[in-house]
Amino acid sequence: MNLEELKQIAEAERESVAPLEHTVRVCVAASCLSSKSDQVTAALESEVKAHGLEHKCKVKGVGCMGLCAAGPLVEVHGEQSTMYQSVTAEDASAIIGSLGKEPVERLVLPTAQPFFSQQKKIVLENSGIIDPERIEDYIAAGGYEALVTALTTMTPHEVIDEVKKSGLRGRGGAGYPTGLKWSTVQKAASEDGKYVICNADEGDPGAFMDRSVLESDPHRVLEGMAIGAYAVGANKGYIYVRAEYPLAVKRLRNAIRQAERLGLLGNDICDTRFGLRIEIRLGAGAFVCGEETALIASIEGNRGQPRPRPPYPAQSGLWGRPTLINNVETYANIAPIIRNGGEWFAGIGTQKSKGTKVFALAGRVNNTGLIEVPMGITLRDIVFKLGGGIPEGRKFKAVQTGGPSGGCVPEQYLDMPVDYESLAAVGSIMGSGGMIVMDETSCMVDVAKFFMDFCRTESCGKCIPCRVGTGHIHNLLSKIADGEADAGDLEMLERLCDMVRHTSLCGLGQSAPNPVSSTLRYFRDEYHEHIEHKHCGAGTCMTHKAVGAGA
Amino acid sequence: MKKQVQIKTLQIEGRDVSATGEQTILQVALENGIQIPRLCYVEGLSQFGACRMCLVEIKGSNKLLPACVTQVEEGMEVKVHSERLDSYRKLVLELLFSERNHICSVCVVNGHCELQTLAMHLGIDHISMPYLHPKVGVDASHPRFTLDHNRCILCTRCVRVCSEIEGAHTWDVMGRGMEARIIADLNEPWGSSESCTSCGKCVHVCPTGALFEKGKSVAEMSKRKQFLPYLTLMRETRQ
Repeated sequence: MNLEELKQIAEAERESVAPLEHTVRVCVAASCLSSKSDQVTAALESEVKAHGLEHKCKVKGVGCMGLCAAGPLVEVHGEQSTMYQSVTAEDASAIIGSLGKEPVERLVLPTAQPFFSQQKKIVLENSGIIDPERIEDYIAAGGYEALVTALTTMTPHEVIDEVKKSGLRGRGGAGYPTGLKWSTVQKAASEDGKYVICNADEGDPGAFMDRSVLESDPHRVLEGMAIGAYAVGANKGYIYVRAEYPLAVKRLRNAIRQAERLGLLGNDICDTRFGLRIEIRLGAGAFVCGEETALIASIEGNRGQPRPRPPYPAQSGLWGRPTLINNVETYANIAPIIRNGGEWFAGIGTQKSKGTKVFALAGRVNNTGLIEVPMGITLRDIVFKLGGGIPEGRKFKAVQTGGPSGGCVPEQYLDMPVDYESLAAVGSIMGSGGMIVMDETSCMVDVAKFFMDFCRTESCGKCIPCRVGTGHIHNLLSKIADGEADAGDLEMLERLCDMVRHTSLCGLGQSAPNPVSSTLRYFRDEYHEHIEHKHCGAGTCMTHKAVGAGA
Repeated sequence: MKKQVQIKTLQIEGRDVSATGEQTILQVALENGIQIPRLCYVEGLSQFGACRMCLVEIKGSNKLLPACVTQVEEGMEVKVHSERLDSYRKLVLELLFSERNHICSVCVVNGHCELQTLAMHLGIDHISMPYLHPKVGVDASHPRFTLDHNRCILCTRCVRVCSEIEGAHTWDVMGRGMEARIIADLNEPWGSSESCTSCGKCVHVCPTGALFEKGKSVAEMSKRKQFLPYLTLMRETRQ
């Protein structure tokens, strides 16, 4: 395979779709599939046949179009494109019948709204456009160009320099500079090989960015990994993906097979001496396995428990060898960076946080779904413009970012730019991209309790502060929520949070107190209300008591 | 060619000490008679870094680091005791006492228990959180030894000695968080374990009364773990 052959494949693919007047794209990512988009696809296909339009119109399954709340989504792509929402199999004949005429009014989803217009797509550029199960479609969209270019015209150093220039930082949450990590792994000497790992063990409650990328555009992740492997000198890769994502696993397996068949993975890629084999490892459902050292232990076949760092995986990772481990979204950014140059990427975002970030918008917001926005956009824009505000005219209270390791950002910081530093300054983290919006019906004590319950059950049990500390913190929060706590309990809560943060072994424990600390910082009055007045303003706690009082 | 040994000098608790580059802070401290509280560490086994007792402060870093796994560096200034460190240690130890059912007055190792000794050393006479009093079992199926989960602190010394020294790997850990338990084989009664060689090493490295010899009554069991550094040393010299 060389660039010329790659372009031929792309050209052939483009020619094959050129005679088509319309392409009907149906979302076949997990969210729309769960509202029966597979039946919609089948119905649309039989309608196309019934109308005898096989040569003019093609129905194809594509990845996530973003607005999951309005699924199943169908987009008719042609001279004029129309997006339809909440499509059922019964709507198929109306949609196919309307081709080339006026669109079906009752189903139209206006795309001129901020949810679509304010996004900037790099990671998701192919999502909702290409068929995730066909490599030719990816190649026609410019796929694997970056890999072939890197392998045939760039040295590993040049690849790393380009990534460094881009300013890309780890999208798994901590924001470690990717170029720096790559060059550390590259410099680490190893006689018996190095490894690349893709961390796809997305576990934050309410987060589905990585799943969507894997389901919508799996080749992009493989390409990023292959470029990374070339840059650091690895020839074996693992994708650690959670078993709860069967569709992502299926599409990844399919993608690996297709790439190997075209010689884009395997031995002697592009007739160079570089080779890369990628295997999939399934996570068995432990949140802690998203922590890199626990993930590596799990791949090795051991109990998924973290170990103290240093040594970092870059020096001693999988089977003691230097290992490059990055998140799905980080790898998904690599191909565009190599294709368009690091400077192009660095031109997007803020001074210290470059590029875009994919967020899974969930909770009390009108437009739940997947968005990709440039770094530095304000939270207000995300919640009120893209998100379409709070349903039923209720009052906004906070945005929870970063999942169980993050915090709640209150209203006074809505105009703050979203980047790594700003979020850290207000006591939260960027995290992997989960964003849960809360309104006045959410009780912050209850929210803190929910996340602490999560950390308590997901703690691996290795170190004492995290194993027992999170349990006691959860008990104290339950006591507060039940209206049975006193001021001493609040003091103990803060003491325990401080201790767990500073003495735990890994990131899970060290960040577990964040949801409590950030709600204590901004919503302390709610805690006092529960403790002193035995009252929950949001009405979610002490419900059993309210019933008793009324009777 | 012989590998060059790098000598590093550093300060622990204000004392100047020297070490080779591969040593950990804890090793160097112990060589120099400086005690650092510890529970999961035991000389002769791999380091686990889980009890967080040996966390120390290093000048210039606000992160606390476990002395048992942190390698020495030139010019390091290590503080073993400070108000902050000791208050964290006490709180972590209190958590351990609250987690399971540690009742010294009826324990076979009363007076010879590393957990008890450390607590006394740190001046713990009560704990500031409620006892959790979980219902956990006792495995007395082995003819010579008993495993009492009530007194287990999950330091995994037994797991490591069984795997690394005896080579049997009878013990391992099951479950997560506070549900984690030491298990024999694939959660078999210890007595019916096929891999156990009944060597008793686990019993003697156990810091508490979680593993003890049958026939011992309150305060009668003392542990002899001196064999461990000796065995390790003999193996290393043979290689």
